[in-house]
Amino acid sequence: MTAQHDIVLELKGLTKRFPGIVANDSIDLQLRKGEILALLGENGAGKSTLMNMVFGLYQPDEGEIWINGQPVSMDTPSKAIELGIGMVHQHFKLVPPFTVTENIVLGMETKKGLALDLKSSVQRIQELSDRYNLNIKPHAVVDTISVGMQQRVEIMKILYRGADILIFDEPTAVLTPQEITELLAILKGLAAEGKSIIIITHKLKEIMEIADRCTVIRRGKVIDTLQVATASPEALAERMVGRNVSLHVDKEPATPGERLVEVKDLHVKDASGQDMLRGVSFDIRAGEIVGIAGVDGNGQSELIEALTGMMKVDSGSIRMNGAEMANLSPRVVSESGVGHIPQDRHKHGLVLDFTVSENSVLKSYYNSPMSKLGILQENNIRKEAERFIESYDIRTPGTEVLARSLSGGNQQKIIIAREIEANPKFLIAAQPTRGLDVGAISFVHKQLIAERDAGKAVLLVSFELDEILDVADRILVIFNGQIVGETTPSATNEQKLGLMMAGKLGGESSNG
Amino acid sequence: MKKKGWLLMLASVMVLTLVLSGCGAKNKETDPAAGGSAPKSDLKVGLVTDLGSVNDKSFNQSAWEGLQKLRDEKGVSVKYMEPKKDAEIIPNLNQFVKGGYDLTWATGFTMMDPVKQIAGENPNAKLAIIDAEVKAPNVASVLFQEHEGSFLVGVIAGLTTKTNKLGFVGGLELPVIKRFEVGFRAGVEAVNPEAAKNLKVIYTADFSRVDKGKSAASTIYEGGADIIFHASGMTGNGVFNEAKERKQRGENVWVIGVDMDQSLTFGDDITLTSMIKRVDNAVIEISKQLEGDKFPAGKTTYMGLKENGVDIAPTSKKNVAPEVLEKVEEFRTKIINGEITVPSE
Amino acid sequence: MAKLKSFINVFKQESIWISIISIFLGLLIGAIVMLVGGYEPILAYQSMIEKIVGNPYDIGETIRSIMPLILTGLAVAIAFRGGMFNIGVEGQIVMGSIGALLVGHFLELPPILHTLFAIVVGAIFGGLWGMLVAWLKTSRGINEVVTCIMLNWSALYISHIVVRMFMMEEGTARSKLIQDSASIEMPFLIQWFDGARIHWGFIITMLLLVGYSFYMNKTKWGYELRAVGSSKHAAHYAGISVNKTIHRTFFISGMMGGLVGTFEILGVFKYLAIAPTTSGLGFDGIAVALLGMNTAIGILLAAALFGALMYGSQGMSFGADVPGEVIRMVVSIIIFFAAAPGMLRVLFQLRRSTRRKEVSARGNDSVSH
Repeated sequence: MTAQHDIVLELKGLTKRFPGIVANDSIDLQLRKGEILALLGENGAGKSTLMNMVFGLYQPDEGEIWINGQPVSMDTPSKAIELGIGMVHQHFKLVPPFTVTENIVLGMETKKGLALDLKSSVQRIQELSDRYNLNIKPHAVVDTISVGMQQRVEIMKILYRGADILIFDEPTAVLTPQEITELLAILKGLAAEGKSIIIITHKLKEIMEIADRCTVIRRGKVIDTLQVATASPEALAERMVGRNVSLHVDKEPATPGERLVEVKDLHVKDASGQDMLRGVSFDIRAGEIVGIAGVDGNGQSELIEALTGMMKVDSGSIRMNGAEMANLSPRVVSESGVGHIPQDRHKHGLVLDFTVSENSVLKSYYNSPMSKLGILQENNIRKEAERFIESYDIRTPGTEVLARSLSGGNQQKIIIAREIEANPKFLIAAQPTRGLDVGAISFVHKQLIAERDAGKAVLLVSFELDEILDVADRILVIFNGQIVGETTPSATNEQKLGLMMAGKLGGESSNG
Repeated sequence: MKKKGWLLMLASVMVLTLVLSGCGAKNKETDPAAGGSAPKSDLKVGLVTDLGSVNDKSFNQSAWEGLQKLRDEKGVSVKYMEPKKDAEIIPNLNQFVKGGYDLTWATGFTMMDPVKQIAGENPNAKLAIIDAEVKAPNVASVLFQEHEGSFLVGVIAGLTTKTNKLGFVGGLELPVIKRFEVGFRAGVEAVNPEAAKNLKVIYTADFSRVDKGKSAASTIYEGGADIIFHASGMTGNGVFNEAKERKQRGENVWVIGVDMDQSLTFGDDITLTSMIKRVDNAVIEISKQLEGDKFPAGKTTYMGLKENGVDIAPTSKKNVAPEVLEKVEEFRTKIINGEITVPSE
Repeated sequence: MAKLKSFINVFKQESIWISIISIFLGLLIGAIVMLVGGYEPILAYQSMIEKIVGNPYDIGETIRSIMPLILTGLAVAIAFRGGMFNIGVEGQIVMGSIGALLVGHFLELPPILHTLFAIVVGAIFGGLWGMLVAWLKTSRGINEVVTCIMLNWSALYISHIVVRMFMMEEGTARSKLIQDSASIEMPFLIQWFDGARIHWGFIITMLLLVGYSFYMNKTKWGYELRAVGSSKHAAHYAGISVNKTIHRTFFISGMMGGLVGTFEILGVFKYLAIAPTTSGLGFDGIAVALLGMNTAIGILLAAALFGALMYGSQGMSFGADVPGEVIRMVVSIIIFFAAAPGMLRVLFQLRRSTRRKEVSARGNDSVSH
């Protein structure tokens, strides 16, 4: 009897088919009161489909959802909310110019006559905030608060609606290390107060830190459910991808050669005339990976675009092998031996409506052998694409399918193949593993290290500190358009880097 | 579901086809054009309008009314076509010419080149054209003595104006439009020399721009004139609009219409009178001459006051003082007699 | 064989069905309107078809009215593929006719040379007029739709001024004629088609249609154009000069428009009339490009459909007394449904099949890496 009541949410044989594919194949899952259950799986494994069924966005083809020992039919999200289920999505659904309170009560305003009764709402929000340590200021305007705080507003939104089962979809993807630590503490607190939590993630470290149990899904099926306390990260990863994965990056110490790239006192303004880079100077040697750590929006994009000729440089110099590169056109820069894996593969790296073939020659289409006398040589182009597909293991139905139809990992592989095969002297990799899963990430890291070992200068820009610490040989921290510190992976850790990224700790501390 | 949608569509198509064909047959029987006990004639006469329509309240409509009268009186088969683009004029003429029509009418000077070409290519076909002269052995040209009619409305304007200031709005400055202006000026001059001196003339360079007509009228009325005579097709609608607005503000302004009785379109509160071209009369007269081989091929017929080709609108007595109309009749007689020769250029 | 297969595959695409259903619905609704208006739809469509293919003359004239639609369709499609909207084909047509008229009227050259020169000048006039739009867009950031519309009127009034100042034919509202040495009439075809005004522009148009497909898909410039059209950012990243591509695209687009005007002058009218408005062919081109989905074969078919419908509408009014406006309405309905495929999806539940596509695309994820 008590065991029965312990289980707040149970999925029994949940199956969802889409034409041509079984997204969820007879999934069984149990969520106990007051526990944190991690749902682990690669992109496209079926995690989101499953949670969308729980939240009433999809209807299962087979199987049942039980809540508190009762079978329910979850036909709409409002039904789910009614039954005490709340979901914090990856992308927040807040109205920026509204206050925190207004956002929270939106859609369920209490009214006194015709006027909104915000006073009692504010009071309730304050109570909840104190109880769960959320630290929310009810009168702050959403526009002005940090991303981490916005996420807490989202959490408050579902608590306010009385949720007992909380689902989080990749909640740490947008947070800084400090914010992640705080969030994980909040989640633990919520669980301690009796809330039941499902967290969708592919970050093993977080699972190890907070989850009680972990259910692994692969290709729509539950592979295993493990007690986190007794499992190793390697075991989780292996179950997730279905084969042995090495989680730590194997690399020899760097053997840097001569100075290849020299950036001096670089200033860049954005379109509205705002200073985005204020005197950035650094250099990169052949055969080393320099990592740029920093919170998004501190000048990383501008630095990359300035280095690749995509953005105008206001003053300062960029030299490669001693030759001035500032304000050359993107084509000249790329022809001089600069490869660029861009931050946003959909916006910059690929023409999504071009085929895999066409994307393979995005930077070489205009020259022999890809075109002769202005006419594209389709055979040569296709052969190039086939070569990439072969040597980078790009999973695609063929060379003539649209890049849009491939998965993120395979799209990224096209870009990496193209940029690396052009044999650049200097490779810029911006967020090269964003949105990729464990298997793909380790592939990308290996490629970068191989390039380093081949004597290239590599610049790695990433918001993921793990990545920087694992892959880079030297780390520069960027804050507010300036390099505020330099360190090495062995001399620092995530906490120190996090503080430097927030501009709270100078570079000199890394020396101490 | 998808399959069902297709079936539904197919079914509806079939049903509609049946319904449509059924109704179509019914329509045919009650076709008013085919019925009636009008006298029978083997003659077929076609009309190609210029880039207007047979509802343009102007000479295209007048021409079509003429043909309809001809059908009712003589049992002649008549048909019209309205080209929508310049490039369609020749195929439309050909439709009649190659379709064995006994006579094909073309209205408007813009038809001059096409008519000339078709006449040359089909020497056995008969064509007739309004408002232009085509020198070809199988084309009858009809020109109106617009200056004579304009003279009469000039007399009315000269005797009606309170401000002794008048205006004229023309379309393109073509010889045919110039005739309106010159005749009008002569008419005013004959009864009110001072007003003739104060005649403000604007050519809008356009027959279809209402906005230009409106701004031209505004300019003229602002200058103190109280009556405008327009010869500018659709552009003239703007003249009427402007007059109407001013009338509502209490200004005592008038417009003199052209081609047809425009008081029927724009109201007799602002339409003083109209200089009408009896295109219908011309069409009837010339078409009738097909019988008995009197068709004036290769000739130009001038339609003036004497031939009932031009006139003032029959509704003129509503707004024009009786003594003024008497004066008009005096001048009409003099022009028909040849006592007065109205200048045309 | 592979070609044939890909041709058949085209008909498996949803968009093709949308076009076909649109056409069908257009004709159907046209029929209903005729019925309500007291006309006979069956007789009307019958007379329309008779008018289109009834005799050599009409066949020839139908072809003649299709040709400019192909060119304006191409003009609009090129810009569309480059991510831009050329609503200024009207003006480019007028500029092309001015260029051809000036050369055709004033220059004294031997026949073939004269024709070629007039065509080239007409095309360049149109092209430069189009490039003006591109230049204002890239250097001043003015949206091309705004400049296009303004330049349409500018071109029209320039034509009035040019005709009036230099070559007005006395007593008419048109220019003097071009010289015979500049004419592009094809006497043998004209005879063959019983006097229909077929001209060399026909051959050139067909070549341009093939050239369009080749340029777009097989050349590096077409590659650049498409890249800029689908993602300016990615094109910039790839080192393609976005501005240069925009200029080039609008120049070619404008040349197509210019050629329409050129052919009308050299092959159909021989003179330029002082017209109160532009021809409307450029706007028809938008419909053609839209229905033809910017592909060469699609544009050919769409232009053939619209050209035939519009020419055939004269037969409708002759044979069944149906006003030509009805056909204009049919065309509008076709465009409406083709441009708003969502409506048709709702009507015919095509939605399901698209969802399937999305999911199977997503499905690839799970089998990757």
